[in-house]
Amino acid sequence: MAVKTIAGVQVNVTDDGYLEDMDQWNEDIAKEIASEMGIELTDEHFKVLNYLREKTKEGASLSIRSVGKSGVVDVKGLYKLFPKGPLKFSSKIAGIPKPTSCI
Amino acid sequence: MDSKEKKPLEKVCMICAKGALEDVYAALVMANGAVMEGIETHLFFTFFGLDAITKKTMNSLHTATTGNPAMRMPGGLPFPTILGGLPGVEAAVSSMMRKQMEDLDMPPVDEFLELITAGGGKVYACKLAVDMFKLRKEDLWDDVDGILTIGEFYELCDGDRTQIIFT
Repeated sequence: MAVKTIAGVQVNVTDDGYLEDMDQWNEDIAKEIASEMGIELTDEHFKVLNYLREKTKEGASLSIRSVGKSGVVDVKGLYKLFPKGPLKFSSKIAGIPKPTSCI
Repeated sequence: MDSKEKKPLEKVCMICAKGALEDVYAALVMANGAVMEGIETHLFFTFFGLDAITKKTMNSLHTATTGNPAMRMPGGLPFPTILGGLPGVEAAVSSMMRKQMEDLDMPPVDEFLELITAGGGKVYACKLAVDMFKLRKEDLWDDVDGILTIGEFYELCDGDRTQIIFT
């Protein structure tokens, strides 16, 4: 665990760079984490991020399949928005814990 | 230079040669996992593994109820081999297993393959096995990327951060 300043805010992050507390998240933090990964966030991205955050608050465990069936984005779209890390990268940017599902 | 520098895997080439439910799913889970990690993924089906990409069989794969020492009754008691050989038992056990997998969010085979190809993973059939089982291209799942010889498969496996996995 470490403290990191992202978008001018001090947040606690894990060794992998995931936020420890999803309530410390805001849109500027998302944008800065994303730009470190070379992703420029659009409204489409935020739709997915907000969905992931909602589901995580409800206690759901996320899989690429469930996100693909959410109606928010399909699997192809998810790969397009977050290339090479559809669930990992989106979770990191959404400020939620690292995904634990194998699917 | 740091000798502990990480060298992440860049490509995996998988071979699935068996058509039992568990063998196919092992390959599918690993292939999908690789695609999700951003690893270039090629999945090559040969011999009985072809059942997993044959339209007629792909969504009704079976697990063996005879000759499978790890087979248990739902409560954990041993599964008598003689029972496993009765007509209909293998089909019933297999459909029960598919249902349990569905409950864990494991998709049916065709949907699993769609997840893999949606992320850029490639799916191939082995030419020799296709000829042997007298299959035609139209018998195979529509999104199969090609019917390859083993030589062509090895050509795909170039690169020094590539692994070949045989399930």
